[in-house]
Amino acid sequence: MHELSIAASIVETVLQEIARKSLPPVQTIAVRIGALSSVDPGALRFGFDSLISDTPLAQTKLEIEFVPAGGKCRACGQDFAVQDFVFACPRCDSGQIDMTRGDELDIAYLEVEDGRET
Amino acid sequence: MSEKITVEKKVLSENDKLAVNIRTQLKQRGIVALNFVSSPGSGKTSLLEKTLGALNNELRIGLIAGDVQTENDANRLLRAGGKMVRPIVTGGACHLDARMISRVLPELDLEKIDVLFIENVGNLVCPSSYDLGEDMKVVLLSTTEGDDKPLKYPGMFRRSSVMVINKIDLLGSSDFDMNRVKENARRINADLKIFEVSCRTGQGLGEWYDWIKHLVNDARTSATG
Repeated sequence: MHELSIAASIVETVLQEIARKSLPPVQTIAVRIGALSSVDPGALRFGFDSLISDTPLAQTKLEIEFVPAGGKCRACGQDFAVQDFVFACPRCDSGQIDMTRGDELDIAYLEVEDGRET
Repeated sequence: MSEKITVEKKVLSENDKLAVNIRTQLKQRGIVALNFVSSPGSGKTSLLEKTLGALNNELRIGLIAGDVQTENDANRLLRAGGKMVRPIVTGGACHLDARMISRVLPELDLEKIDVLFIENVGNLVCPSSYDLGEDMKVVLLSTTEGDDKPLKYPGMFRRSSVMVINKIDLLGSSDFDMNRVKENARRINADLKIFEVSCRTGQGLGEWYDWIKHLVNDARTSATG
């Protein structure tokens, strides 16, 4: 399943971060998923939950920020929210659009237990 | 209380690292790489068979054929004259990823390749997330599918540079409307280059072959190292 391999990549990356930075227990993993990433948030959460038992992330919550698609028109410079995945400028109708957001599949940040020595 | 640790890392950063590596290897040798995607049955293998038949004497063609099970597609490409063909059997993964390509690339002699065709697993969803180090994605769609397909799979059609509409010999056998499919595709991605072909009858393939030859010529003149 696709979301399962995405979830596995998240788990792997976070475990690496924990090791690299000697982090305390991770309470939350905040991920950013764009509308065009072809990743379903519900399925991702399901996949994640099925992978974390017996790992240091067994109590960790996945927080998903969904990013709608946005574009910028190369013809007239208009920034706009892309409706229904139609990449056409609402001002001048041009199809010359650069996607400015909606492609994300990122681990944004982690929330870990406080109380580290600084 | 909790502390926030910034990560800002792509989930698929490992894949992307490998893809950059692949891209570098290919660019250094002026190799054009195309990633063919579509639903199962749109005609990816057929298009590659015909392309081999037409261009195999002019261009040095390397092929990687991926599937969940069997090496059927790779075998078809060998029978069609492919001299450098490697199969990838994912065993379950619904897409090819850069790790799989990296493993198989050393089995091809890149010094002897002008163009690399990668036939992805038939799937319009998952392959769109995985950079394989290609120059561009070619998405196929056949006239026996729905003409609203681009709207249903915007991620893939947005990320592709070329669309090949196959099975035009079957136009009229369903409600598929050619103008509508092109209009739908352009709403998602106005920059799509569109070919209309029939792999069975050969219609429209001339333009496709010319375009491939063009790509290879352009790549030859801008090869680094």
